[in-house]
Amino acid sequence: MTEVLPKDTIRCDACPVLCYIKLGQTGACDRYGNFNGQLVRVDPHLLLDRAKSQGTPLVPFLESEGQWDGSFLKTKETFVTAIGAGTTYPDYKPAPFIVSSEVEGVDMVTVVTEGIFSYCGVKLKIDTDRHLGPERNLVRAQGEPVGHVTTAEYGSQMLSLGGVHHLTGGTKSEGRATCETLLDLCNGKEVALTIDDGARISVAAGKPPVVNGQQEERMRVGCGSAAIGMFAKQWFGKVDEVVVVDDHITGVLSEHQAGKMLGVRETGIAIQGRRSTPGRYFQVAQPGTGWGGTNISDPLAILKPFKTKIAWPHLRLLMVSTTGEHFAYYELDESLHPIAKELPQQLQESVARIRENCEPALTTVLFMAGAGGSLRAGATENPVKLTDSVKRSLTRVTSGGAPAYVWPGGGITFMVDVSRMPEDAFGYVPTPALVAPIEFTLKKTDYAALGGHMDYVRPLDDVMREKQRQRQLTSLPENPWPLKPPTESPHNK
Amino acid sequence: MRDPATIRLLPDSRRLHLSDGPIDLIINADAANFAEIHRANEAAAQRFVTILDELCAELPLLRTRVTQDSLTPCGPIARVMACAVAPYRNRCFITPMAAVAGAVAEAVLAAMTRAAQLNRAYVNNGGDIALYLAAGQRYTIGMVERPDHLSLFGSLEISASTPVRGVATSGWRGRSFSLGIADAVTVLAQTAAQADAAATIISNAVDLPHHPTISRIPARDIAPDSDLLDLPVTRAVGPLSPQEITQALDVGESVATDLCERGLIYTAALCLQGQLRILSGLHRRRLLRPCAAGDQPQHIFSPRSLQHG
Repeated sequence: MTEVLPKDTIRCDACPVLCYIKLGQTGACDRYGNFNGQLVRVDPHLLLDRAKSQGTPLVPFLESEGQWDGSFLKTKETFVTAIGAGTTYPDYKPAPFIVSSEVEGVDMVTVVTEGIFSYCGVKLKIDTDRHLGPERNLVRAQGEPVGHVTTAEYGSQMLSLGGVHHLTGGTKSEGRATCETLLDLCNGKEVALTIDDGARISVAAGKPPVVNGQQEERMRVGCGSAAIGMFAKQWFGKVDEVVVVDDHITGVLSEHQAGKMLGVRETGIAIQGRRSTPGRYFQVAQPGTGWGGTNISDPLAILKPFKTKIAWPHLRLLMVSTTGEHFAYYELDESLHPIAKELPQQLQESVARIRENCEPALTTVLFMAGAGGSLRAGATENPVKLTDSVKRSLTRVTSGGAPAYVWPGGGITFMVDVSRMPEDAFGYVPTPALVAPIEFTLKKTDYAALGGHMDYVRPLDDVMREKQRQRQLTSLPENPWPLKPPTESPHNK
Repeated sequence: MRDPATIRLLPDSRRLHLSDGPIDLIINADAANFAEIHRANEAAAQRFVTILDELCAELPLLRTRVTQDSLTPCGPIARVMACAVAPYRNRCFITPMAAVAGAVAEAVLAAMTRAAQLNRAYVNNGGDIALYLAAGQRYTIGMVERPDHLSLFGSLEISASTPVRGVATSGWRGRSFSLGIADAVTVLAQTAAQADAAATIISNAVDLPHHPTISRIPARDIAPDSDLLDLPVTRAVGPLSPQEITQALDVGESVATDLCERGLIYTAALCLQGQLRILSGLHRRRLLRPCAAGDQPQHIFSPRSLQHG
């Protein structure tokens, strides 16, 4: 830009009004502001009220403000979150809010700031056995690379999105697409992604994933072999052979240890793929979005002809996927060819049982970021002491009031489940980088000891008087109350 | 990077929320069936998405003081703005921006009523409201004493038989700058743009010049591109004595009465530090009534920051 702006003034480009915004002010929309020369989204500052009991719903404070009697200052516990608090970036200055309050007789301090994170990303756990794409392949949003497929976990496919290389290391449009994708995922919105040589998916935190236009319903209860083990007794006597089709290990009842134990008779069945141990087969088909995470839509494709010396006419065969979503029932004709028949009543129950034991398939989103030196300097004059205090569990780290897992080793690299955070807790700056809330809570005495900015500590009541920009929410009952004084035990449970 | 306009239904699945840059609308339409409401909402969204660009195309002109020699803006909304502020141009400093919120609300409402057969509808642009009422219909509107607090001090009922189709509230605590000290001035007028401009004028008039506890700052010290240039805008008002409050409200009331006599507004309510002044005239007073305990107005209009729940 060639335009020369007066000192401390920036020009907002979030809309065509193109406001000039002075230091500490907001633009015409009241949504973007100039914080230390950076354009920052300034949504209302969020305070959490401690939920009185389990199941207290998250209620926007303003909806009930009309009936508010002004009494909660004394009766309710309030935690000041960093959402909407502003940041310390880019200069080393004390965090926007350093709040003291007395909890259970202990003076506590919460250092509240919004971090601007270039080093950040999300880990996506997508509960599906369907093949989303080869490991290490690129994940794209709006055609731009925003991440990659990483190591699969049990019953789930994993994606790693964002990170500094996509945000600022590539082209401008790559950075923008990455920033938008991360922001939307963190704020609970649905995002469409494509995987190179793989699937099209649509995902949102806490919702079932949609793979190639099909919504995933259930996670598998176990691999095909495990399913045989779990359900062998329920099948025994009701059917002669069961094949549980699975991308990883396909199980065959009559050959499996569980079947043998029950005395299931040999059936002469022959399966495509590589036999591992009796009744367990690898690679019966290619990975895909069909039966049990394979590419097959007709289960007979994995069967070779029955051995004529062992098999018998009218032999009853159940084929089912590991989630119970797909199933088919056959009986052999006189020439030992399987003929599809309707699933008998007595087998319907066992198929339903498999389905029931498969948990709802969800997409879960963990935000992961590292608190850099300047953010930590906003909390203390000696940033390493804050790291040390976090490692020793003297300081609790939360993000929008939700518990954060702090990675062992150096620095403060944390992960947080975005579903446990209040709505729209994340923002961005055009750098591009994400703005995420982070709060450090510790005993006031500990805060003083680690060189905290004691001159900037303000009592809670004082902060709460600035009602203009504040919103209050009830904390989620499943989150531990962030202000509880820490004990000397590991903080991540 | 430009943020896209957002169009969403609020969690009550009834009101539509449209937001683009500084424009923020809450819309509600009532009709005989859902299809009509849907049509109206579609039309509102379609009209909405180009408004910000239309206005920004001639923003410098819209931010310039209106005089007899001013150019007429090109855009349809901008023209409505210019017309709404024209009656004041010889008496005081005013720019078309004084009517922008009301004019935008009117434009979106007009698109809705063209597209669908509605019983009634409103478009609320941060407290500046355009109303549509079919014969026999009415709205009950709750009024707030301070735009930054959701406490109702009264309600007003607007029925199809009155000429009122615009309601606007202005005050120094609101989103826009004010030269006066009124906490809130609510104006009823024939159109939303007229109400918007008049509310600005009246709330500017509620004032105590040179009072020591009133702090003012040149508008450009806060917002470098403010249309108010270096006019001193109110940032804080200390406690005032009852006499001072009366004195300030007297000035505001005389301006409001003048506008009323010139046919520019229908009536107005002025609030300052707990005192409420409603323009005299019984037929008007009947419209506005103080809130009784347990009153449940059907619609509460309040400034934008309070609508996001």
